[in-house]
Amino acid sequence: MFLVESTLRSALAPSSALASALPAAAPQEAAHWEPFLPGLVVLLPLLGFVANGFLALRAARRSSAAVRAGKEWSPIAGSVRPRTHTLPTWIGPGVMAAAFGLAAINFATAWGAHLAEPVIAGPYWTWIATETLRIDAALQLDALSLAMTMVVTGVGFLIHVFSVGYMKDDPGYPRYFAYLNLFVFFMLVLVLGSGYGTMFVGWEGVGLCSYLLIGYWFSDVKKSDAGKKAFIVNRIGDFGFLLAIFLIFQGFGTLDFMPVSAGAAGEFAYGGTMVTAITLLLLLGAVGKSAQVPLHVWLPDAMAGPTPVSALIHAATMVTAGVYMVVRSSALYALAPTSQAVVAGIGVLTAFVAATIAFKQNDIKKVLAYSTVSQLGFMFLAAGVGAYTAAVFHLVTHAFFKALLFLGAGAVIHAMHHAVEHGDEPPAGHGHMDPQDMRNMGGLRKHMPVTWAVMGVATLAIAGIWPFAGFFSKDEIIWYAGAWAGAESNPFGGLYVAYWVLALVTALLTAFYMARLMVMTFHGANRTGPAASHLHEAPRVMIVPLVVLAVLSVLGGWLNVPEALHQTALGLFGAVPAEGLHHWLAPVVHAAEEIQAGAIGEASKSAPIGGGELAWALVSTLAAAAVVIATFRVLGRRSYATAAADPGPQTALGRFLHGKWYFDEAYERTVVQPVLAASRWCWKVVDTRVIDGFVNFTGSFTRVAGWVASVFQTGQVNMYAFVLALGVLLVLGAAVLLP
Amino acid sequence: MLVEHALLLSALLFVIGSLGVVVRRNAIIVFLCIELQLNAVNLAFTAISRHVGIEGQVFVFFVMTVAAAEAAVGLAVIISIFRHYGTVGVDKFNLLKW
Repeated sequence: MFLVESTLRSALAPSSALASALPAAAPQEAAHWEPFLPGLVVLLPLLGFVANGFLALRAARRSSAAVRAGKEWSPIAGSVRPRTHTLPTWIGPGVMAAAFGLAAINFATAWGAHLAEPVIAGPYWTWIATETLRIDAALQLDALSLAMTMVVTGVGFLIHVFSVGYMKDDPGYPRYFAYLNLFVFFMLVLVLGSGYGTMFVGWEGVGLCSYLLIGYWFSDVKKSDAGKKAFIVNRIGDFGFLLAIFLIFQGFGTLDFMPVSAGAAGEFAYGGTMVTAITLLLLLGAVGKSAQVPLHVWLPDAMAGPTPVSALIHAATMVTAGVYMVVRSSALYALAPTSQAVVAGIGVLTAFVAATIAFKQNDIKKVLAYSTVSQLGFMFLAAGVGAYTAAVFHLVTHAFFKALLFLGAGAVIHAMHHAVEHGDEPPAGHGHMDPQDMRNMGGLRKHMPVTWAVMGVATLAIAGIWPFAGFFSKDEIIWYAGAWAGAESNPFGGLYVAYWVLALVTALLTAFYMARLMVMTFHGANRTGPAASHLHEAPRVMIVPLVVLAVLSVLGGWLNVPEALHQTALGLFGAVPAEGLHHWLAPVVHAAEEIQAGAIGEASKSAPIGGGELAWALVSTLAAAAVVIATFRVLGRRSYATAAADPGPQTALGRFLHGKWYFDEAYERTVVQPVLAASRWCWKVVDTRVIDGFVNFTGSFTRVAGWVASVFQTGQVNMYAFVLALGVLLVLGAAVLLP
Repeated sequence: MLVEHALLLSALLFVIGSLGVVVRRNAIIVFLCIELQLNAVNLAFTAISRHVGIEGQVFVFFVMTVAAAEAAVGLAVIISIFRHYGTVGVDKFNLLKW
């Protein structure tokens, strides 16, 4: 109650201030800017969670009452849905639309006011107050958090709308929207929180929602196991994050972002042990949350959740939290060149490993999951080479096209699922056909032309082909990796050259595996069998978000056209302002860029093997296009076996990639089995022998002692009198003889 | 001189009484031995009161009163036991356990 009141009160106050401040605002330099109802942006999804959660509980109560009465009740059985299953359709996307509207107003006015200094909304209340530590529940609005809020609420809204169609026939419909709204609430806390403390609350909250939604169909033990895996792997990262928070507090005495980034250069020496430790521990947290090698294993399993969840949480928003955190801590990372090299190394390694694994996966969502891991690796590479803007840029464009890819895959799965359910008979000799296996698809273009078109756009975007979004963002990352390698006094120059080469190769791999996905899903002959006649295009409520995301995937890249390309044909001869996002984010990464410029000097103007930014942009887009075309020509001619008939990969390399580099098997042997063995030892030896043994010994000792004592209780009065007299003598004797 | 003798006699009577309680089997004898113990204590009280004051002798009256009541109840219990078991040997019954 207090939260609602205080949020409303402080959220309402600035609105009147805004009205009076607007006419006086100077148009040119950074003007005074007042946020408009910032608390409500965060609060709305929470209200949606409360409302939907209430409906979910009501539906559950009704269902359990029916079971107790010996009847069957299914919310989706009748032709008329109960109110608990119709209201979430409006509440879930509704609160998201309102939150997005508010975020857009704030973003637009902040953009207009050339926001330079972060604005703190609140503090609404003090969460932790001790003599030395004070954590306020406050929101920090600046270029970075506003951009993230736009992505989270905007893409989140589209995915909520898509979910209305996708989850329509699920009995847990209100529960699903409750979880989804709760996730958005925590994600907004994460990106808008004004310090590491509040960020950690959101960090853990999104982890919880991720767990709940991966295990959404909890009656399937595999899916609930996947949820547990995600949660446990993330614990490893959170442990690092928490330690980093402690160290930051030790260094700065506060956890707020502003004093930390402003005071970092004064507090720590360049390349010092302390700052390196902090940044490496933060990186551990980011690696867990953003599924980087070696903690990436949970993300592909997380595909067990509903597909819109994969799109929102495990592609567009939550998994990018690690990147956001590194950018937020850029002033610290700039001081630790070793950590930067590790960040970039983990990033580029992840990008490469995940891209190769995506080669040999047959589950459409698994391909996209590894693609996500790979693209997140690119973002880490960008953050590691000091190109924080490029990291955020790729984060934004990736949110567009990867959400589109997942939702498109969702539409495909939806259609396949429908076909499998309504098909006349299962395909030859096999009871169940996996609706997610691309080997059972093929030729879907004929049945779902719109989905094919938008997926095609997303594929071109992620492959990095001009003029789609991914071209600008990915190219910028690769360029910066090369330029950073050539910086005057970079201590790890040679290492970064290797990163650059690996990133280039990975970009081409991306083009290949995405083209393969398109070919296997939409082209060639159909392999669905007799069920194919039931394949159909998705309903309009699912198509519209896809089209909107497709438009964003085309236009998203123009947010940040590089200076070198601005006046050329690749930049449409200056039709779009150059480096829009870079200028917008400049105040956030300013501190970091200053430190970097002072320590390692100017970045190189050419790539490690010569050539300017324009030349390499041309090379990369042409190469990616060539890979896509070649893949279509080669794989398009090949005929695939259905999942039931496929003997699996024949070569050793194929098996290795199909087996995902055997990461899971390695962990099974080196971590899971030893832990299980240790647990079993604790159970069989420590618990049953030592602890239970002690307890049982106490019990039996008492019994034996009692039996021995009972021998003296004869019932003979003389005996008692004798013992009594003896006792008195003993006591008296002791009193007399002892001093 | 006299007090020490009196106390010595008291102690002697008390030990005889105690041994009687522990050793003898007949309930009547045990009962008499208890009386012997009480009177040994009475003797000690009386002897000490010479030095300490009149309170010792007052206590003797208390003890005698209680002993009279106890004798009445005790004899009644013994008679009741005799009627039930046909004997007054304390080794013949062992109800006072558990």
